[in-house]
Amino acid sequence: MTTAPASPDAYLRKSPEVVARFQRLYQRPVLLQLRGLRKTFLSNGSEQVVFDDVSMDVHRREFLTVIGPSGCGKSTLIRIVAGLDDASGGEVLLDGRPVDSPGPDRGVVFQGYTLFPWLTVKRNVMFGLEMRGKGSALAEEVARSWLDMVGLAKFENSYPHELSGGMKQRVAIARALANEPRVLIMDEPFGALDAQTRSRMQGHLLQIWKKVDVTILFITHDLDEAIHLSDRILVLGVNPGGIREIIENPVPRPRTAAQSHSPEFLALRARLDALIHAPAAGDEEEGEDKLPMARMTMAGDDVE
Amino acid sequence: MARTSDWLGLKQELAPRRRLLLTVLSFLAPLAVWCLVSYVPWLWHPLVHVTDPGEVEFFSEGMELPRADFEMGNADALKIGLAPGAGHRVNPVYLPAPHEVAKAFYTAFRTEPRLPNEPWLHESLGRSIRVIFWGFLISSLVGVPLGILCGAYRLVSRLQEPFIEFFRYLPAPAFGALCVAVLGINDAPKIAIIVIGTFSQQVLVISNTVRKVDPSLIEAAETLGARGFKLLRRVILPASISDIYTDMRILLGWAWTYLIVAEVIGTMSGITFFINQQARYRNFDNVYAAIAMIGIIGFATDLILAWIGQRLFAWKRAARTTGRSGLGGRFLEWVRREPEGPVLKSAEPTLP
Repeated sequence: MTTAPASPDAYLRKSPEVVARFQRLYQRPVLLQLRGLRKTFLSNGSEQVVFDDVSMDVHRREFLTVIGPSGCGKSTLIRIVAGLDDASGGEVLLDGRPVDSPGPDRGVVFQGYTLFPWLTVKRNVMFGLEMRGKGSALAEEVARSWLDMVGLAKFENSYPHELSGGMKQRVAIARALANEPRVLIMDEPFGALDAQTRSRMQGHLLQIWKKVDVTILFITHDLDEAIHLSDRILVLGVNPGGIREIIENPVPRPRTAAQSHSPEFLALRARLDALIHAPAAGDEEEGEDKLPMARMTMAGDDVE
Repeated sequence: MARTSDWLGLKQELAPRRRLLLTVLSFLAPLAVWCLVSYVPWLWHPLVHVTDPGEVEFFSEGMELPRADFEMGNADALKIGLAPGAGHRVNPVYLPAPHEVAKAFYTAFRTEPRLPNEPWLHESLGRSIRVIFWGFLISSLVGVPLGILCGAYRLVSRLQEPFIEFFRYLPAPAFGALCVAVLGINDAPKIAIIVIGTFSQQVLVISNTVRKVDPSLIEAAETLGARGFKLLRRVILPASISDIYTDMRILLGWAWTYLIVAEVIGTMSGITFFINQQARYRNFDNVYAAIAMIGIIGFATDLILAWIGQRLFAWKRAARTTGRSGLGGRFLEWVRREPEGPVLKSAEPTLP
């Protein structure tokens, strides 16, 4: 076991290099603004608040991860940014213009791949370009270069069902990026992958992000993944729903797997654990770790 | 590895050879029952065919009468010292033996019509197929696009489907007299009956299929910049077209059932006319052959359409089959394919 960080505020301590990085990041123009976002839904005639007053600025080429306990509305939040859901209040501005419908300036990678099964890998990547009226020769060229970039050039004529989960998700990323979106929105994109593939995909994503002018909004329920990838982490809560904290990730870049034992990583991990798993008022799942079970085995027949 | 012990196929599909065997059995079993009833003399055979009337008054050679009457007649004759009649047990004329029906497949085509203006069998069949073809085509030309629009756009669905849902319950034959009054007595009212019978089902079944398109595919397309009609043409249509094709195969089967109704409207025509005429002449072997021909034509059409469908929607087939060639291979492939979805799909929403 590694030693626990000495103080609960340890995650706020950053090396001068990391502080300088964040200063540079904040000097970049604001790309995406969330202004007092609110989402409610009707349940049995009464209005339930999913989240309220979510406001933050995301800077160009920032990597923002969004985490939160189940029911905090993190998927809803980025669906609103994508234009797939309507907010009950507040607004989303992209480059200062309000967002009200899905558009090619906000690419989305879903957990369920959502590749078009009737199109080959190449035609999938060409789809967005064709929708925007690009000629098919140009679209094909762009699609090829993107497939090359995600290492799937050999599979351009395969159909999605012939690919593994990780490969499908790489095609989905290529398809989203081929449209040159300002923001890449990813909703638990690696959630369905096994641990090994997932960590390889994280490496791929960081490489792509470094080479492409794109801002990433990344949802995950995997706290290590959030720390490994992000610049900042937006932590959402439930009861009340909304922003719990916006954390500057103290782990220096470039990121490596070895960093997961570094003090910064562990300090941040401890903080996220505390934020996500802290018992909140009215949270029924907490406190039920001990089941009210009678013993049904012989005395002495113990497994632990 | 396929487990060989799971004969019932509860958890997994059966081995290909077993599937083929069972398919063949499903045809052989009813045929075997028919053969037993026809060829085993003590099974059923409720009549006696008199070969020698003896001295019984009301017996005559070649007459067929119930066994009880035959035995009573003989008993009465013996009592008063007359010679009993002789005969053997037969089935009624409306149950010909398999070999007679098999022969009729050929002879029915050679049977000259009794009246000079009556059609030959091949002419009757041709007319039936023509009626089906035009009825199904006309219904599809309107029904398929309308079904797709209903499935894609809630506005169209709300505007059309309630009435079509109501119309679906009006039995097509009820329109028979009306169709004749409006369209005359030739094929036009018959085609109209097929259209009326097929159209409303077609719109509802296809719109349901289109509504089943994975909404996340539509969302993905929207985030890639697809809008309006492009969304319909480039996503909704290709995503549902193979299922629509399957629907069409099933609907074509329904159209055949309306055919028999359609053909008794106005002047009786087509295969129904042939069947009725032959039944009147008591040529029941021809009747069975004609009924079987309808089944064979329908079944063969479906096989051919299934084969074309597999060609058209190769992406749907996944990496399941290895691609067979030759007619036998195609048949095997058809036998082995996964069962298609249920005809009437529930309309529950797929959104969480």
